[in-house]
Amino acid sequence: MKAIITVVGQDQVGIVARVATELARLKINIVDMSQTLMADNFTMMLSGVWDDQQLSFADAQAALEELGAASGLTIRIQRQAVFDAIQKL
Amino acid sequence: MESRPILDTIQMIAEENLDIRTITMGISLFDCIDSDGAKARQKIYDKITHSARDLVKVAEQIQTEYGVPIINKRIAVTPIALVAAASADQDYVAYALTMEKAASELGVDLIGGFSALVQKGYQSGDRKLIASIPQALAETSRVCSSVNVGSTRAGINLDAVGELGHTIKTIAADDPVNCMSLVVFANAVDDNPFMAGAFHGVGEADRVINVGISGPGVVKRALEQVRGQSIDVVSEQIKKTAFKVTRMGQFVGSIAAERLNVPFGIVDLSLAPTPNEGDSVAEILEEIGLERVGAPGTTAALALLNDAVKKGGVMVCEHVGGLSGAFIPVSEDAEMIRAVRAGHLSIEKLEAMTAVCSVGLDMIAVPGNTSAASISGMIADEAAIGMINNKPTAVRVIPATGQDVGDEVEFGGLFGRAPVMRVNPNQPQAFIKRGGHIPAPIHSFKN
Repeated sequence: MKAIITVVGQDQVGIVARVATELARLKINIVDMSQTLMADNFTMMLSGVWDDQQLSFADAQAALEELGAASGLTIRIQRQAVFDAIQKL
Repeated sequence: MESRPILDTIQMIAEENLDIRTITMGISLFDCIDSDGAKARQKIYDKITHSARDLVKVAEQIQTEYGVPIINKRIAVTPIALVAAASADQDYVAYALTMEKAASELGVDLIGGFSALVQKGYQSGDRKLIASIPQALAETSRVCSSVNVGSTRAGINLDAVGELGHTIKTIAADDPVNCMSLVVFANAVDDNPFMAGAFHGVGEADRVINVGISGPGVVKRALEQVRGQSIDVVSEQIKKTAFKVTRMGQFVGSIAAERLNVPFGIVDLSLAPTPNEGDSVAEILEEIGLERVGAPGTTAALALLNDAVKKGGVMVCEHVGGLSGAFIPVSEDAEMIRAVRAGHLSIEKLEAMTAVCSVGLDMIAVPGNTSAASISGMIADEAAIGMINNKPTAVRVIPATGQDVGDEVEFGGLFGRAPVMRVNPNQPQAFIKRGGHIPAPIHSFKN
């Protein structure tokens, strides 16, 4: 399974570390990432790959939402195809 | 990684209320017809629950995996007046209860098709179905009903127009809120995914997936970026935005159809508002430059919007269908509600607007003492606009029993609240009472 993980929230120390640690725990491999600051809002996008026999999409989503709630961040996980479908001809 | 497209998409969904309004499965019931009504209903129940057993599950999976909200899961069936006509049943309420039971078992939001097509005349099943509508709607919560009373090719069945005025009054006498589940059409379409008017047309395949999109908030936000510029720029901006919104409909519909192993029918290119702030068609018209929806110029702005949405969306979809256009349901659009409350929007202006958009006088509350003949007159007017202009039109009015102008009817949720609107007090009684059939119009000498 491949998906895009987006992290948005107030900039703070250790965001990248926290998200990356959780992804490592879930055995989600990061294959690409980018991050930027937009008006004090930290925005990070990661492309992650994992074995969906080991971890279902819903479980990955639940774990990341929990991390988001605990860290004051909005963390979304969506399959890549939706972005291509909407934005590319 | 290209971050801009990802952020744009997330903004459209999270801040601008972009969603898939409905995934609707159309199911043919022709193979359920039986001279024994009880057997027919058992076959109907079995076919619906078997065909759509994974509809809700698949819609929820897509929502989770792609982060696209899918607001409604619905079913549309063959008009029951056709399916039940072979039986000896004298009323068809039991068919509505069967639809309700199947919908409830599946967890779908609404089920449409308690319908009759009488634009040219009544067959025996049509009369029984129309007579059953008030009780059917009173005893169910998910069943939606529609009657087609006119078409460009057939003219208008004035007998049916007259009868439905009384039907709507009867429904309202029990509970005005039930009136939102009945829509009276001219030129009804076979592949409409939106309620209350969805039914599975007689020329459709056995099963089909149709998708209705939304997204007024996205269009409004896009137009904020071109304030003061020429109307050509406005049109281009709407087209570009509609393109993106529709892509999502095509994408979600094709995945749903594949997972359900059902052919993908059409995307309905609609701008469907909700009462939520920032999800209003009226606000788009105001962004185009009207001080308030209802002002002179409203019809022109709406015509441009409606056309540009179609132009932007049509290239994206394999097949376009349904009601495709901007919806103007008063109770479901926060800015429309405000305009009516302030006295800036009248039924007459709304009627003019329906000549250039989808779909008709929709979700409008009228005083409880409005006569059946007046309601029939409104239906006749809308049907005439549809018939002459070769487009679907509809009436979904709510006589607010015991209430008058200044009061409001509360529907709840996405259906919102409707301020009671003034109706012209002069009566069309003698016109409606004539009955008969308004002949089909001539298609030359377009003036």
